[in-house]
Parts: sequence; structure tokens; C-alpha cells
Amino acid sequence: MHQTYQYKKFPYAPAPELQGGTSQRHTLIVIGCGPVGLAAAIDARQHGIPVLLLDDDDTVSVGSRGLCYAKRTLEILDRYGCGDPVAAKGVGWNVGRTFFRNEEVFNFNLRPQPGHKRPGMVNLQQYYLEQYMVERAQQAGVEIRWKHKVVSVQPHDAHASLQVDTPDGNYALDADWVIVCDGARSPVRSMLGLDIEGKVFMDRFLIADVLMKADFPAERWFWFDPPFHPDQSVLLHREADDVYRIDFQLGWDADPEEEKKPEKVIPRIKAMLGDDREFTLEWVSVYTFQCRRMKDFRHGRCLFAGDAAHQLSPFGARGANSGIQDADNLIWKLKLVIDGKAPLRLLDTYSEERGFGADENILNSTRSTDFITPKDANSKTLRNAVLSLSRTLPFARKLVNSGRLSVPCFLSTSALNTPDSTAFDGDMVPGAPMDDAPVEIDGRHGWLIDQLGGKFQLLVFCDDPASIPKAMQRQLTALAGATIPVEPLLISRKAGECPLKVLVDYEGLAFSRYDAKPGTVYLARPDQHVAARWREAEVSRIVAAVTRATANFAEE
Amino acid sequence: MALILEPNFSEEGQRYFRDFSPGDDFYQLLIDTHRDLSDEQSAMVNAKLILILSNHIGDLAVLREAMALARDGADQH
Repeated sequence: MHQTYQYKKFPYAPAPELQGGTSQRHTLIVIGCGPVGLAAAIDARQHGIPVLLLDDDDTVSVGSRGLCYAKRTLEILDRYGCGDPVAAKGVGWNVGRTFFRNEEVFNFNLRPQPGHKRPGMVNLQQYYLEQYMVERAQQAGVEIRWKHKVVSVQPHDAHASLQVDTPDGNYALDADWVIVCDGARSPVRSMLGLDIEGKVFMDRFLIADVLMKADFPAERWFWFDPPFHPDQSVLLHREADDVYRIDFQLGWDADPEEEKKPEKVIPRIKAMLGDDREFTLEWVSVYTFQCRRMKDFRHGRCLFAGDAAHQLSPFGARGANSGIQDADNLIWKLKLVIDGKAPLRLLDTYSEERGFGADENILNSTRSTDFITPKDANSKTLRNAVLSLSRTLPFARKLVNSGRLSVPCFLSTSALNTPDSTAFDGDMVPGAPMDDAPVEIDGRHGWLIDQLGGKFQLLVFCDDPASIPKAMQRQLTALAGATIPVEPLLISRKAGECPLKVLVDYEGLAFSRYDAKPGTVYLARPDQHVAARWREAEVSRIVAAVTRATANFAEE
Repeated sequence: MALILEPNFSEEGQRYFRDFSPGDDFYQLLIDTHRDLSDEQSAMVNAKLILILSNHIGDLAVLREAMALARDGADQH
């Protein structure tokens, strides 16, 4: 197995602390070098925070594991400087087809609107994602220590002490902040005696990664009760390197060790392909899953992210996607707290906002599971009735749930939002993940989303940059020099000279997606979510909204 | 009134950002209504639900159309 990918061993190096070096207190230690730990480490470096990343292993993910990376994740990876290799190597797709028994009942398109940089989803084996992120992390100055296993964490009031085990022995580390990204079984969570609550689903699934020459298009195909695997579901995805992911529902009574054997797996795949084409197995795994989350993602100086904090069913690809959004939400807040520009309370909003996201993901993921694995005869009859009607009736199509694919959540209830004071149409409400649009920058084609992120920004919509009065230009420029800087960006219908940065909305899509009129302003958070919006710029309101978005408000 | 076949679920005071959400809310409500019932009890709940909703709709022309759609192909499975 594994013909298409060479696992490189990353070099282990003994800890300087074990070679007579003195141990200084680290600002930030990230535990776990999976996609979420890497995201947190890269984001931290981009904010100028020194990072030490510890991993108990010395290679990337063994097996393809996480596969589908959503549009929102690609946008975040673009901000991290590794969206391009992921999109280039991965298989972009937008179309999903649903089959019931022996016929296609309907299909959907994840990205019905043109004018977005990234596709709805990109499929890429997790080892490639991790490889590209490791390369980017090293380039960004993250210190990674391979085969340094954290064996104890001692929390203190204003720091944490770690014991780390290595091939050369055990040593101690101190850090002001620890981000725990050590996966679903999270040893650190156990060391701290913290609970994670939820439920186990009584079902088993077989993943087979198959290398073959096939002409299946780059689409997601999902079968309910197909003739080649009766009474169960099957999912087909295309991956990079002519590898296909086939996921067979097996039922709770299946024997995982038995089902992993090639002599069991190969006939299942042959039955599905229905012909004699050649294929080889790349990777096989049998899994069960749980939907559960920690009550609080922050415990003093320890912050939990990704699977360590919340776990989901695989339907909907919400695992790695939501974990990377955790990092995206957390790091700008941590930076402000480290710099003394925001109170600790801001980090509690990380737990609140991403807890809200986890609840939404768990709800969607649980509903998909209930649809795919009906618990009793009545649920199954209802499910089959929906599938049967979905061939002809549009309302039934909307009810078919083969996984609600990962989309970013609208943080519309967040305490960091400034509520609207005037009416707006559309979805770009305070808390919304910001929509993309094509724009022109200095005469070159680009994307709005690539101009956003990493800092607070003020989008000022206008017809013509020349229409912005000099006094307003000065006020906007002054915002960029504030303690918490806000970068002004003009979104203009036409090009023109202006000392401020101008993005030309040449297709008018930014105006329509943001329901903007000339004079409309949006305050964007560093994680590309809307913090506030008004019909006209007024500095005192903008300053108040930044205060609120950084939790610098008095407790209510 | 014509029989509505386009997605039509909503709840007053709820704002939906994803088009699948109101339908998924409905479906969960339906599944939860049957939780912990035997097959026979579930069949009875379904029958009552049909009667209650039919009375709510009232218009026999609409009900006739809905029944025909539901019956279509029923003897083939």
C-alpha cells in the first residue's frame, strides 16, 4: 500500500535544554503538528508571535484521513500562504450527485454563484496538506520539535509548565500560553482531567483509498441503498494522484479487523465498479465516530482547538475545516492579549464563538448521521419516502441529507458584534464570514478576500475615490495609526487616484453582496468576519465598534 | 390554493443563512416526534399527523393532488 506518497521522516533533534542550554519561558507552545496545530503556529508567526510546536511523531498524517477542504478553509490557507499548493495539487469540485437504489435522484452545485476565487471544495489527502503546511510553517519561522512528546502539563496562574519526553530523555518547558491541538484522543485533555461530552454513534464505516485509472468526474457521489451494497450507504470522492476514496457503511455488527482485510475489501470495490478494471488499495481503515465537545475551550493559559476540543461525524467534512477556523478565530485574539491591548475576556469569546460553531457543526453532523443511518423502521421509511420523492419534487430534494458540507458559521450572536442601527439586505450581518468578490487592484485582477484579514480593516464603499473628502481621508488614515490599527480600504465602482488603497468593484459584485451604497462602511475583523457596518463613516462609532470587537468593553 | 412542491419550511422569528436549515429543522422535529415509539405506535402517530394536517389544509383539491403524488408508484416497491 501507499504507492503514491513517500513519507519523509522529519529530523529529530535533541532539546537544547538537554544539552546544557537554559530554558527560557516561551511565549507560545503549540502541541500537535496536525492541520490545526500547524494553522495556529503559522497564524501566530504571521502575527509576530514566537512559536514552539511540539509533536510526538516525526512524519505527516499516515493515510489520507481528512480529505475535503472547504472554500472557507482555502481562504484561510490563502491568508497563511499555502492555499495555492493545496488548490493546485487537490481536486476542486462543486457538483454532488445523490443516488437511491439504482438511479440518480438529483444533484447539487456547492457554488451556484460565480465571482469567488475558490471552489466549493478541494479534495486532497491529509498528508499533502500537512506537508505544505509544515513547509510554510518552517518558512514562517515556527520552531518544530519532532518526537518531543508532552507527558505532563501543569497549569499555573499566568503560565503552564510542561514535561516533554524525547529519545534523549525528559525535560521541562514553561510557556505563557499553550494551544492544545493533539487530536480526538487528546492526551493533554486527559492530563488536565478535563471532560468532553457527547455521544457515540452505533455504526461502522470502511474507508478504502483506491488507486486506479477511472473516468469518474471530479464530483461527490453518494448512494443510498445501492444494488452493490444493499441497505447501506456508499460515498465516492476523487483525490489527487488518481486515488479514489470509497466509503462503505458497514453497520454496527461488522468486525473491524475482518473488514480491513483485502480479501473482504476487494470484492466490495469490484461490486461497486461493476467491471474488471485494475485497481490497487492505497489505504484501508474502519472507523466509528462520536459527536462531542468540551464545555469550555479555554482553561486558564491552555486553549483547546480542533478535534481535541470537538469531534464530529465525517459527513459534511466538518472536522479539519472547523479546526482550522478555530485557529483563525483564536490567534488574532491571543496576539491582542499578549500585547496588552485586550483583556483575557477576549479569549473567552474564542470559546464562545467556536463553541457556537462546534454546536452548529455537531447539530448538522448529527442530523446527517440520523438520515444516513435511520435508527428504526419508521425513520427508515420516512428517509426512503424523502429519497423516493426527491426524484421529482423540489421540496424533498432539500430534505435529502447525505452530509451538509462544511460552511463557515455566522457568528450572529457574538458579544463582539455591534448590532445594526440601520437596515441592510443580504447576509453580511455582523458576525458573518465575509463574501468574496472579484476586484481590480492597481489595474490588476484580484480578489476581495485576499485583501482582507490579519488586522482590523474598514471597507469604505464609494462611486469614485475622488468623492472621498480630504478631511475624511485624514480621519481614515488616522485610524490606521491607532493603538489597535484599522486599515481603510476603498471599494470603488470606478478607478481613481487616492492616497488610500483602492479596490475597484468592476463587476459590482462587492456592492451587491454587501448591500452597499456610496458611503456604506464595514468594519472587518482580522478573521474576515463582519464586526459592524453603517450607512456612513463616523469615527467615534468605528472606534467604539473596535473597542467592542476586542472585548475592551465594561462587563455587563 | 395550489399544492406547494417547492421548499416551504420556515419559522417566524428565525433567520436562516443556509437553505437546508429550515427543512432540516422540520425533519428533526418529525424524527423526534417518533422517538422511543414502537413501529406500531409510530404508524399510529403518522396516521394522526396526516389527519390533523389534512384538516388544516382543508382544500380537497389540494389533498387529492397530494394523495395522488404519494400513491404514485407505491405498488412497485
